[in-house]
Amino acid sequence: MEVRVANVRKEFERFPALHDVSLDIKSGELIALLGPSGSGKTTLLRLIAGLERPTRGKIFFGDEDASQKSIQDRNVGFVFQHYALFRHMTVADNIGFGLKVRHGPSRPPAQEIRRRASELLDLVQLSGLEKRYPAQLSGGQRQRVALARAMAIEPKVLLLDEPFGALDAQVRRELRRWLREIHDATGHTTVFVTHDQEEALELADRVVVMSQGRIEQVGTADDIYDTPNSPFVYGFIGESSSLPVKVENGEIWLADRPIGLQAPHASSGDATLYFRPHDVELLDGCSGCIAGTVAASRRVAGTRRVELEIGGERQRVEIELPVGHPAAQKSRVAFRPGRWKLFPAA
Amino acid sequence: MTTAPAQAGWRFRQPSVIPGFGLTLGFSLAYLTLIILIPLSGLIWRSAALGWTDFWAIATDRRTINALRISFGTAFIAAAVNVVFGTLVAWVLVRYRFPGRRIVDAMVDLPFALPTAVAGIALTTLYAPNGWIGKLLMPLGLKVAYTPLGIVIALVFIGLPFVVRTVQPIMEEIDKEVEEAAATLGASRFQIITRVLFPGLAPAIITGFSLAFARGVGEYGSVIFIAGNLPYKSEIAPLLIVIRLEEYNYPAATAIAAIMLALSFLMLLIVNLVQTWSRKRYG
Repeated sequence: MEVRVANVRKEFERFPALHDVSLDIKSGELIALLGPSGSGKTTLLRLIAGLERPTRGKIFFGDEDASQKSIQDRNVGFVFQHYALFRHMTVADNIGFGLKVRHGPSRPPAQEIRRRASELLDLVQLSGLEKRYPAQLSGGQRQRVALARAMAIEPKVLLLDEPFGALDAQVRRELRRWLREIHDATGHTTVFVTHDQEEALELADRVVVMSQGRIEQVGTADDIYDTPNSPFVYGFIGESSSLPVKVENGEIWLADRPIGLQAPHASSGDATLYFRPHDVELLDGCSGCIAGTVAASRRVAGTRRVELEIGGERQRVEIELPVGHPAAQKSRVAFRPGRWKLFPAA
Repeated sequence: MTTAPAQAGWRFRQPSVIPGFGLTLGFSLAYLTLIILIPLSGLIWRSAALGWTDFWAIATDRRTINALRISFGTAFIAAAVNVVFGTLVAWVLVRYRFPGRRIVDAMVDLPFALPTAVAGIALTTLYAPNGWIGKLLMPLGLKVAYTPLGIVIALVFIGLPFVVRTVQPIMEEIDKEVEEAAATLGASRFQIITRVLFPGLAPAIITGFSLAFARGVGEYGSVIFIAGNLPYKSEIAPLLIVIRLEEYNYPAATAIAAIMLALSFLMLLIVNLVQTWSRKRYG
């Protein structure tokens, strides 16, 4: 089912949590809402679910205006960060709940509900745990049950609010791969919220980067990482370093020296240069480069991260060097960013 | 209230490395012995001196049986009424924010603080045939004061805070997300309350019920004013005990007391077993 969010605004007691947000989600797509806390990502998810009502704007499921419908009638599957399982019910009763509360002919017979529950338990790889209570399960198992419960009602959209947020790193990675598999197998349109960029980039077909109640950028992992369209996205996704620079006649200057980068289309004036710490070219001499004094050097897994102080104002930037690279021993390092981006100073 | 049965078996479970188990358990046992066990065993001692035939004669006396039936019956009904309305009051206090909420919250505790005799007199004045409320009920053929119905009303008044105060904290802990999850799964408001919220509250409600019930069985001060105290009709067991004492009939008084004690202990024990069972299930 396609989902279209059209010019939605949400205020909580006059405080705007979302400003005029629009988003098209294709049928069968796996979408991540990514942003720091307070960016409005969970609010957007809850608006799609119907757990909040928009102050303005509409949400369409297909061609239907879902914003007029109650939560119960929207038929969405929602998975909460802290599972929200019914702790007085067995695993099988939890999963069957959505079918049991139906009325009249749409409610399947008890036997059918039981069969569906154990089918879904197979899907989430928890076969044989029908009779357990949620208290007897581990965090990862509970979240699987919660997902099975959400899928039992054959939802039009599956919504997950930081589904792996409460789990430890190992289980998170495992469940991430597993969620991708389930999505590919069932084809539900799925939206999940996360503040973990690795999770978003790895799992989602498209990532929606949000900040301060606005959508900053929507795109595939490649789009978002390689061509960020705002300083926020550049800084938020992946590692980044930035330096205040000046643009004059299409040339970039750091303090009083050109650094050998051309920006023919940039307008003259103050700007900020963004680049990735690992994407730098080390230079020997320095005519047209960025040079700095090594202030600190840390070993991070397979690389060495070097912090440089640049120029009279001692701007600090980070670059990454291969372990054992001779430059790491020196007290002065000169480099030029490989791929970079310029944003006019605010 | 009695303590919950020990964790499976009779073995002492090794507590944490933090010291204090021996001291605190010793103190608890000594304290409970002094405060509860010695007076109660004295009671059983005195009634045992009575001899089996005499004891049986007193126990099966129609006046005794009626008094016990009235005491336990009215306490049960009052506790049941309190479960319904006390849960409702707790719900309103927990869920809604309205002007005067704190005053209402404080008001719930008044039956705790008020001398029960004052409550009894006030209720009698209201419900007597010429009282404010009694006057309105009279034409309907409903007589409250000086009947078992009056006893129920006094016990409802006395028992209300027990239910509210046991249910309230558990209700505050209910995760809003659980309700939201049920709603997204298609459950109506009514289904959410009956199938999701209520089962979670059941242990607390049972506790509140047993407290209100136990309090109602032993209540004396407020009831004797409103009950009318007609033997066989509206005479409660605690009053019968006092009457026997005033007749210097100590064996009869202790016998009735011992029966009350045994019945109360049995009922509280059952409630406790239900509690542990449900706790084991829901974790």
